Amino acid sequence: MPSSVQFRSVSVEPILHDINLRIAAGEAVAFVGRSGAGKTTTLRLVNGLARPTSGEVAIDDVPLGSADLIQLRRRTGYIIQGSGLFPHRTVYENVATVPRLLGWPDPQTRAAAEELLAKLDLPLSRFGDRYPRSLSGGEQQRVGIARAMIAKPAVLLCDEPFGALDPIVRRDLQDAFRALRSGVTILFVTHDLAEALRITERIVLFDGGRVVADSPAAEFTSQPLPLVQKFVAAASLPA
Amino acid sequence: MIADVLRATGEHVVIVVIAVGIAIILGIPLGIWCARRARAGRFALRIVDTIQTIPSLALFGFLIPVPLIGGIGMRTAIVALILYSLLPIVRNTLTGIRGVDPIVLDAGVAMGLTDRQLLREVELPLAMPTIVAGIRIATVIAIGVATIAAAIGGGGLGTLIFRGVSMVDTRMILAGALPAAALALIADVVLSFVERRIA
Repeated sequence: MPSSVQFRSVSVEPILHDINLRIAAGEAVAFVGRSGAGKTTTLRLVNGLARPTSGEVAIDDVPLGSADLIQLRRRTGYIIQGSGLFPHRTVYENVATVPRLLGWPDPQTRAAAEELLAKLDLPLSRFGDRYPRSLSGGEQQRVGIARAMIAKPAVLLCDEPFGALDPIVRRDLQDAFRALRSGVTILFVTHDLAEALRITERIVLFDGGRVVADSPAAEFTSQPLPLVQKFVAAASLPA
Repeated sequence: MIADVLRATGEHVVIVVIAVGIAIILGIPLGIWCARRARAGRFALRIVDTIQTIPSLALFGFLIPVPLIGGIGMRTAIVALILYSLLPIVRNTLTGIRGVDPIVLDAGVAMGLTDRQLLREVELPLAMPTIVAGIRIATVIAIGVATIAAAIGGGGLGTLIFRGVSMVDTRMILAGALPAAALALIADVVLSFVERRIA
């Protein structure tokens, strides 16, 4: 079941100032903005990797301050640039991490891994026993996606997951990701506007630690704000 | 003569194995602790560093009057060797843990691993080749320094060397020195192999 996420006057001094956002259950939202605009910090507030200096973050209206962070993180997927796979664990062991922490029985984990990895074009029979260092960057990131999604998280946090990949692999992964994304609330950090438009239905623009624009993806490019137009120009989108 | 060499070699091995074993038991947790607490860790490391700068013969001498752990004999030798073995083990544990890719740690925390799980499942396994390298260095140093333990009645191959020196008997000196060198080489090769296997 997807969860809703609320930011209530959240500040993380000196990076973020008075963020107010309400993200509905099942919504897919992109955080765009320049480097250092505060998008990653905002994302990391949701699984408690960053702590607010004032205000509060809530998931399904339960403030994080009163939540069990360890349990929350096990229900929250996290995909990062460079994948962060455990180099000493096989593909299967990496994917099985959260199910193991949640105490799933082995057959259930194996079945879920098999299904998910097949959808990501990494058949378990061929890739399960391999180590991350023997995979290409794109394959590693697919494993990262599988690892984050196997336990059916309520919220999926993505921090420029496709940032380091070449454009063709990047496009493939965006498509694979889109095919998997139902039933989860997605917060997706990127500075690629074209990617944001492909993957999400709402775009939040950050600048200087504040939200400066927040609109449905379809209407985002027509916003008159100069920074929006800069992003549109930089993305060289078809008019 | 051969019986003497074998007995001395056996003693030598026992002294080194006990000392390095205890240094591992103390050093790895101390290294983890140093990695967790930056400021206290630097202080602890400074102390371990300082011990290493004391000349070995002087350290053996200093320990003789210390109650419980001192005196003449094997026990004092082992205590001194533990102190010497600590530095490479503590430092390499610290370096190994610090060297874990922060993105991997981030991913581990974000998946809901507890601190203890993170240590056991991610940090220690990834630091293990570096820790084993520390154990290897500690062992090789301990095999060499243990020869000096004979000066305070610690036994081992140093006994033959000291006897050879006082009797100006080169064969006797070599009877102690060659097995000690061989032990150090064997330890180095075996532990290098372990290090590569787990890397």
